Amino acid sequence: MDFLTTLQVLDSSLRQATPLLIACLAGLFSERAGIFDIGLEGKMLAAAFLSAAIAAVTGSVWLGLLAGIGASLLFSAIHGLASITFRGNQLISGVALNFLAAGITVVIAQAWFAEGGRTPQLMAGGRFEPIVLPGALTTSAEIAEAGPLMQLYSELISGHGLPVYAALLFVPLTWWVLFRTRFGLRLRAVGEAPEAVDTAGISVIGLRFAAVGICGVLCGIAGAYLATGLQAGFTKDMTAGRGYIALAALIFAKWRPWYALMACLLFGFLQAVAIRFQNIDLGVIEVPVQVMDALPYILTVIILAGFVGRAIPPRAGGQPYVKER
Amino acid sequence: MDRMPRWADVILIPLISLILAALLSALVILFIGESPIEAIKLMISGALGSTYGWGYTLYYATNFMFTGLAVSVAFHARMFNIGGEGQALLGGLGVAVVLVYIPWPHWTIALLAATASAAAFGAAWAALPAYLQARRGSHIVITTIMFNFIAAALLNWALVGPMKAPGQEPATVSFPEATNLPTLHDIFGIIGIDWSRAAPANVSLFVAIAACVAVWALIWRTRLGYEIRAFGYSEPAARYAGISPFKIIMVAMLISGGLAGCMAINNVQGEAERLVLNAAEGAGFIGIAVALMGRSHPLGVFLAALLFGFLYQGGAELALWMNIQRELIVVIQALVILFTGALDNMIRMPLEKIFLAARRKSPPPPGPDRKSTSAEAAE
Repeated sequence: MDFLTTLQVLDSSLRQATPLLIACLAGLFSERAGIFDIGLEGKMLAAAFLSAAIAAVTGSVWLGLLAGIGASLLFSAIHGLASITFRGNQLISGVALNFLAAGITVVIAQAWFAEGGRTPQLMAGGRFEPIVLPGALTTSAEIAEAGPLMQLYSELISGHGLPVYAALLFVPLTWWVLFRTRFGLRLRAVGEAPEAVDTAGISVIGLRFAAVGICGVLCGIAGAYLATGLQAGFTKDMTAGRGYIALAALIFAKWRPWYALMACLLFGFLQAVAIRFQNIDLGVIEVPVQVMDALPYILTVIILAGFVGRAIPPRAGGQPYVKER
Repeated sequence: MDRMPRWADVILIPLISLILAALLSALVILFIGESPIEAIKLMISGALGSTYGWGYTLYYATNFMFTGLAVSVAFHARMFNIGGEGQALLGGLGVAVVLVYIPWPHWTIALLAATASAAAFGAAWAALPAYLQARRGSHIVITTIMFNFIAAALLNWALVGPMKAPGQEPATVSFPEATNLPTLHDIFGIIGIDWSRAAPANVSLFVAIAACVAVWALIWRTRLGYEIRAFGYSEPAARYAGISPFKIIMVAMLISGGLAGCMAINNVQGEAERLVLNAAEGAGFIGIAVALMGRSHPLGVFLAALLFGFLYQGGAELALWMNIQRELIVVIQALVILFTGALDNMIRMPLEKIFLAARRKSPPPPGPDRKSTSAEAAE
């Protein structure tokens, strides 16, 4: 594999990793506050649908993005209502919301656009266009002739949609919010020892709703990028398990932002390799493409099993908080 | 203190949840510009109006009984097995391995062998998540989700690779004719009832009903079932009573995985008569809704499976005759899970208040029945 092909795979990895990373950070906020969220998939899917639909109707990707965030926030609100207000089972709520998104997006898409449960192809204004950084080459012919450093700059670093760069910025931002602000300290505390936060006179319910809300906004961005950046429109079940891979990445990263970046880049790389190559011939054995598909899940199970370091979730995760009387 | 009579807990709450789910679904139908009343008429006539419709309804219900029982047994040990889908896929692989490579003289023996193999494959797929939960404390929900995806990749590989039949389609060869199960058409034909030939419901319906009875006997009539329920109620108490958590987690999950795997005798051996891609078609997930709706009791699971069978067949008719996508059923399923599983308290709290108020007005009857009840165990 030559240098340029490697760059192209890495370039594709970065794009594949973006929705994973944003969704993973979304889950990070929620789970650090003690609310398990296996509904990342559903929120992304709902956001992908509504953002593509609104972008198709209005021709504006920004209105699409807003609508996507709105759809995702609505799902977050239901999850919050079920798991915080009514102290229901957070896992069951997440499962239900995933199904709700899988069903309702197709039903409404068919009724709205009558194109077999998809939205129309998005035109130029309805998508996140690649941002060409200053001095970068754009055509593949020019890039093929340039020197290695120029190739690296033009192929890998330049030419992504805005959400890709935003996602990379979200990582230090998340770290800063969680570990350097008062809000972040309280948010982490509410996931470890909510009774202590309550004793200090801070609202556990309010904090948890805030975390679930942030999770909704981020999932909305992730879903919108999927439908208006990575692809040009919504198709049935287009998240294709990405929400679960993000969840896997979150565990893989042991609920830490910088590790989340590494995990998502790794899983994005696996996806990019699976897309570009089918079966990989290693000389001795041939690795079928299904191994690439399954690898994120297998790696996560190994991490969960505690064979490579221990993944310890926030202590109060998954438990509704009941005030002492 | 009992805030509510038992009948309210077992019947009223699921019923209200169902009505809420139905109302919201009707709103969705209205929103997309169709008539909910037309839709429900079409669903009833399509699913229950002919032996053809019943044949499909019962076929789907058979799938859901197996997966619903699977989720229920795990629930009794306070385990949430989301892996029914993957276990059912592996069950299909088990059926295919037995039926493709071994010539069977008669369908009865083939069914026994296929059931055993499907259960073994399904149980094996549940074994590792169960072991990781019991020994390493890895959360069973996450590991079973991961195993669903790994199962899909495995089946994908098997069907485009070693087990693929000649031709374009990723599927195995059709099973030999001797292993094909008799359908309800064949069975009812013996006693002179004319049942639709085209519908796929088959003899595995009776296996599923037998499984319901067997699970009831296991959970409420055996020592092991008692231990499973005790563990589900309170792990420290069970531990104190000398019940091994490791054993209960393993056994409950193996039974659960085995039941989910058994679904394959219906959809793989009974209907498709070969193994195709994504054979389980989400039935493993519907098991969650069925178990929640049926309050983890085999009788409840049986009834809820019939209900979802009706919804599935009715939904197919909707997609055929009206501009309503089949995915509407997924919406109803999601709402049922949401209301019966996650928003349970939203319905329970006001109801409890109503019953409390009613009780204050009239003095309670002396000595309310305080037997340990199945419905409470299901909680």
